[in-house]
Amino acid sequence: MYELRYRRPADLAEAASLFEAAEDPAYISGGHTLLPTLKGRLAAPDALIDLRRLPELKGIRREGDRLVVGAGEVHRDVAASPDVREALPALAGLAGSIGDVHVRNHGTIGGSVANNDPAADYPAAVLGLGAVVRTNRREIAADDYFQGLFTTALEEGEIVVALSFPTGAECGYAKFRNPASRYAMAAVFVARFADAVRVAVTGAGNDGVFRWTAAEKALATSFSPEALADLSVAEADMIDDLHGSAEYRRHLVSVIAERAVANMGRAVVTP
Amino acid sequence: MIEVTLKVNGEEVTRSVDDRTLLVTFLRDELGLTGTHVGCDTTQCGACVTIVDGHTLKSCTALVASLDGAEVTTIEGLAPGEDTLHPVQAAFRTHHGLQCGFCTPGMIMTAVDMIRRHGSDLDETTVRHELEGNLCRCTGYHNIVKAILAAAREPAAAGTF
Ligand SMILES: Cc1cc2nc3c(=O)[nH]c(=O)nc-3n(C[C@H](O)[C@H](O)[C@H](O)COP(=O)(O)OP(=O)(O)OC[C@H]3O[C@@H](n4cnc5c(N)ncnc54)[C@H](O)[C@@H]3O)c2cc1C
Ligand code: FES
Ligand code: FES
Repeated sequence: MYELRYRRPADLAEAASLFEAAEDPAYISGGHTLLPTLKGRLAAPDALIDLRRLPELKGIRREGDRLVVGAGEVHRDVAASPDVREALPALAGLAGSIGDVHVRNHGTIGGSVANNDPAADYPAAVLGLGAVVRTNRREIAADDYFQGLFTTALEEGEIVVALSFPTGAECGYAKFRNPASRYAMAAVFVARFADAVRVAVTGAGNDGVFRWTAAEKALATSFSPEALADLSVAEADMIDDLHGSAEYRRHLVSVIAERAVANMGRAVVTP
Repeated sequence: MIEVTLKVNGEEVTRSVDDRTLLVTFLRDELGLTGTHVGCDTTQCGACVTIVDGHTLKSCTALVASLDGAEVTTIEGLAPGEDTLHPVQAAFRTHHGLQCGFCTPGMIMTAVDMIRRHGSDLDETTVRHELEGNLCRCTGYHNIVKAILAAAREPAAAGTF
């Protein structure tokens, strides 16, 4: 790791002004993505500004028909939250399926959504539910937020403060993990609203998380695994790597989507 | 440099460290607590697991500066005395839960946390699931699982977690 200065601001405003004042700063939350990157010398910020204890990034609460999760909440606390388990049990299950017990003790939802790894779990729930990303500057709709591999609508220095999820949908999440890394090879989040269905796929697309609109239409007409039987995503859009070919992932997305629809109200993870 | 104060195995320590110092480096190089191992240094293997403010942490993946004020328990902090093992350590010995021993400190810290949360209800499926973040290249895990289950059911262990 290259030399750097560690800073722990007391509040959100101080975090933003420390960022302004530094030459090449980076925010850090759980550090479970960023520190391995720094140790590999793949990035060299001169200042790390620690967000995890900021009071503005804490808390999980109901706000009318929304569930608001602070960006600094760790995966363990999202998985265990009575509010999350009641309002969106599939989201609680998703949080409880990330990495391993130690990763869940420290990785945060804000860090995951800011990072937008193509195999990360939370982006599927945020896009699948059409959540709103609240930052220190504005609110960003999920459909505008995710912009490809490790790319989001966040501007330089912008901080994710919370995720605001609608609670009026029944949801299901199914994930097929790479048995070694435990990251998703393909995972699908399905949200069934009164008037529409949204389907988001992570782990498989070579442009990161994406909505599978053909599946949304089919499920809006007939909400059943069979409705997806004749559908598949475009092979050209799939990741093709040593863990699985694009053809394999194309097939996997359909299988996992059917599994999500067959298991609404929870998260199912294999293997 | 940055000044940090931690309570490590019950003892308060204050040191001035380079800002980029990892917790595991601090424990091993500053405090001489070499029981916490570095297996991979890439957040994969769990050999470096310690318990920080009541939760397990891969201590190769936290800056010690970010933990100012925290309470840390390492493998050295478990045994009640020079000649007595902690019940989980004793169970690993009895059930042959180690071969080379490199993963063992992390395994035991993970087990202590697991038993504290689940108590004597701990079952094999849960143990195997919760060991996902701890790799062992020697044992094949069976005896590790056996040792953890035995420790969870050990009446003498009650109250020591
Ligand atoms: C062994 C292992 C297994 C894992 N498995 C999975 C898995 O199965 N599924 C999964 O989804 N993830 C997995 N992860 C990733 C883990 O969930 C990360 O913790 C998470 O992606 C990033 O969160 P963090 O709080 O650690 O972020 P950090 O590492 O602190 O930060 C990540 C990036 O986001 C930026 N950032 C952080 N917080 C904010 C904020 N509030 N606003 C703006 N920018 C911010 C940082 O500057 C940095 O660029 C795994 C990680 C490890 C080490
Ligand atoms: S040394 Fe920390 S996880 Fe391997
Ligand atoms: S006993 Fe050798 S790595 Fe586990």
